[in-house]
Amino acid sequence: MSEALSSKITVPVMADLFAKGEKPEYLFWVGCAGAFDNRYMKVAKAFASILNHLGTSYAVLGTEESCTGDPARRAGNEMLFQMQAMTNIEIFKMYEIKKVITICPHCFNILKNEYPDLGAEIEVLHYTEFLAEMIKTGKLKTDKSKLEGKTVTYHDPCYLGRANDIYEAPRFVINSLGLKLSEMHRNKSFALCCGAGGAQMFKDAEKGEKEIFIERTEEALETKADVIASSCPFCMTMLTDGLKYKNKEEEIKNLDIAELVAGALI
Amino acid sequence: MSQIIFSVLLAITIGIFAYSAFRIYQLFKLTKPAYPVKDFGKRIKRTIVNAFLQERIFRNRIAGIMHALVFWGFCMILFGSIEMVIDGVAGTERALSFAGVVYDLLMAAIDIFAYIIAILIVIFIIRRSLLNIKRLHGKELSKKNHIDAYIALSFILILMITLAGMNIFYLAGNSDTVGIYPVSSLIAPVFSSMSGDTIELLHNINWWAHIILIFIFANILPYSKHFHIFMSIPNVFFSRLTPLGKMTNMDSITKEVKLMMNPETAFAAAPEGEAAPARFGILDIEDVTWKNYIDSLACTQCGRCTSVCPANITGKELSPRKMIIDIRRRMKDKGNHLVKEGKDYADGKSLIRDYISTEEIWACTTCNACAKECPLNIDHPTFILDLRRYLVMEESAAPAQLNAIFSNIENNGAPWQYSNQDRLNWTE
Repeated sequence: MSEALSSKITVPVMADLFAKGEKPEYLFWVGCAGAFDNRYMKVAKAFASILNHLGTSYAVLGTEESCTGDPARRAGNEMLFQMQAMTNIEIFKMYEIKKVITICPHCFNILKNEYPDLGAEIEVLHYTEFLAEMIKTGKLKTDKSKLEGKTVTYHDPCYLGRANDIYEAPRFVINSLGLKLSEMHRNKSFALCCGAGGAQMFKDAEKGEKEIFIERTEEALETKADVIASSCPFCMTMLTDGLKYKNKEEEIKNLDIAELVAGALI
Repeated sequence: MSQIIFSVLLAITIGIFAYSAFRIYQLFKLTKPAYPVKDFGKRIKRTIVNAFLQERIFRNRIAGIMHALVFWGFCMILFGSIEMVIDGVAGTERALSFAGVVYDLLMAAIDIFAYIIAILIVIFIIRRSLLNIKRLHGKELSKKNHIDAYIALSFILILMITLAGMNIFYLAGNSDTVGIYPVSSLIAPVFSSMSGDTIELLHNINWWAHIILIFIFANILPYSKHFHIFMSIPNVFFSRLTPLGKMTNMDSITKEVKLMMNPETAFAAAPEGEAAPARFGILDIEDVTWKNYIDSLACTQCGRCTSVCPANITGKELSPRKMIIDIRRRMKDKGNHLVKEGKDYADGKSLIRDYISTEEIWACTTCNACAKECPLNIDHPTFILDLRRYLVMEESAAPAQLNAIFSNIENNGAPWQYSNQDRLNWTE
C-alpha cells in the first residue's frame, strides 16, 4: 500500500490548485457521507489513496463542496434541490470542471442525470467505473495474493444498478482482486434495496413487519461470504446495522470496493 | 342478408368503441404534460424489444413464457380476425388466401396458437383460483378486480374454442381447403360422419360466436383491467427513454430559483403575464400527467411491481400496483365529472389521503425495482415523487426527520448538522 490509511493523507484542494494556475483533470466529489460519516470517511480516504497511488490529476472542493440536493429532491423539496444544484454548478463553472468522480451512487446519479437539466456540462464517473477502467488499461495493478481465496458478495446499490445499469464495473474490480464472488439470490437488476434510498436514510421506516436492511442482510448472510462488499455510503450504513443486528459484525466484514482495492495496491 | 347483419353489428361495435375512446380522450385532455415525445427511432426499437419480443416479461421465466405465447398468438390471430371482418362485410370467403404460402403459414400458426392459448388460459384460471400466488392476491384487489380477471379469461377461452371449432368444421365440411391446420386437421376426421348441413351449421355457429364475442370483448375492454390489450404497446412506445434514476426537472421551480439567485431580480415583483402553475406536484387527478394516466390504463394488475417492492416485501403499507390502480379509480370517480361539470367540480376528496395515504407515499425508497420489473415500463417512482412534491412544497407536510435534513442542507450544506469547515476532516 502506498499510504497507510491510518495516517493523514495529502489531498489536493481545488482552490489551492486554481490559485497556482493548475487545472486538475478530475474533481473528486467526496459527498456528505465521505466528509462526515465516520465509517465512510475511511472509504473517501481509501479512494483518495488510490488516486494518489495512480498519480491521477485531481482535486476535491473541500469546504466549497455542498450537498448535491439529492435527499431534498427525493423527499419532494424541489426548491431546495435546485438551489443547491445551481450553487454547485456555479462552482463547477468557476473552476472549469469537466470531469467528476463520485464515490456515492446518489451523488453520481444526480450529477450525471439531473444536473445537466440545470446547465451543468460535466462528465460524471462512479469510482467503480474509474477503477475498472484503470485496471483494464493496466494502470492500476493489484496484489491478488492479499485477498485470494476469500469470498465476497456484492450488494448492488439501486442508484448504480437499476438507476444507471452499472452492474459489471464493480464486479470486474472484485474479480480482478482475486476474490471469489458469491452472488445473492436477488442480484444485479433484481437486487433488493438496502432500505436507505429516496431519503429513507434520514428517517425512520414506516411501520411494517420487518426492516428492509435486515431482509437484505439475511440474504447476504445466506451466501456465506467472508465479506459483504458495496459501493455506496448508505448501503454501507444499512448493511453494517444489519450485521450488528444479527451479531455477525465480528465474523463478517462489510467493506467498500474502494477499501478492497486500496488494501491490495502494489 | 348475413352481410347486412354483419355490417350493422360491426358499425354498432365501432360506434360504441369510438364513444368509449372519445370519453378516454376527454379524460386525457385533463392531464398535465409529462415530457416531449421525440426520438422515434429509439421508441420504435424499444417497442420492438419490450413489447413484441416481450423482453421484460421473461424476468419471471415461467409466467413470462406463458404470457409471451399468448401475446404472440394474439398477434397472429389478429390477422385472422381482420380476415373475418373482411369476409363478413364483403361476403367473401377467406379473403386473405391470395397470399399463398404466407397464408398457409399464418393459418398454421393461428391453428396451433388457438390450442396453446386455450390450454394456457385453463392454467391461468387454475393458477388464479387454486394456487396461492401472492402477487395475484394483494389487498388492493377488490372482488370486482377478481371478477374482471375471470371475465377476461373466460372470454379468451371461449374465443379460442370457437376459433378451433371454426377450423375443425371448415376442414370436416370441405374437401378443397386453403391454409394449413396442423392441430385441427387431426381432430376434424372425428366429425366426418356428420351430415354436410350439420357441419356447415356448426362451422357458422363457431364463426359468428367468435366474431360477436370479439365485438363484445372489444367494448368491455375500455372498462376492464384488460384494456391492457390495447394500451400496453402504446404505453411502451411512450415510456420515458431516460435512465430510471433520472427525475424530471420542474421548470417552474427553475424559473423561480433563477430569479431568486440573481441579485437584480431577487427582490423584484414577479414578472407579469406568467401564470404560476396551479399547484406543485400531484394532489389530485387533475395534476397527473398523461403518462401517469396511460400507465394506469395499461396496467393489468399483474403485481410484479408489488412483488419486488422492498417496502411491500417487509410489510409496509406501500404497494406500487395499488398506486397505479388508484390513478385509474380516481380518474373514473372524478375525471368524468370534471369533463361534464367543468374544472370547478369538487367532491371533497383527493387522490392523496382519500385514495393514497401519506404513509404509502413516504414508505418508498425510490429503488426503482417496480419500474424495472414492469413489463410495460409503467413508471411508479415518478408518480410517487410527484405526490411527495405536493406534500412538501404545498403543505410542508414532510415527516419531521426530513424537515430536519432540509434545514441542515439549507444551513450547512449537508443532511447532517456538521460545519462545512469540517469537510476535510476525513483526510486526517
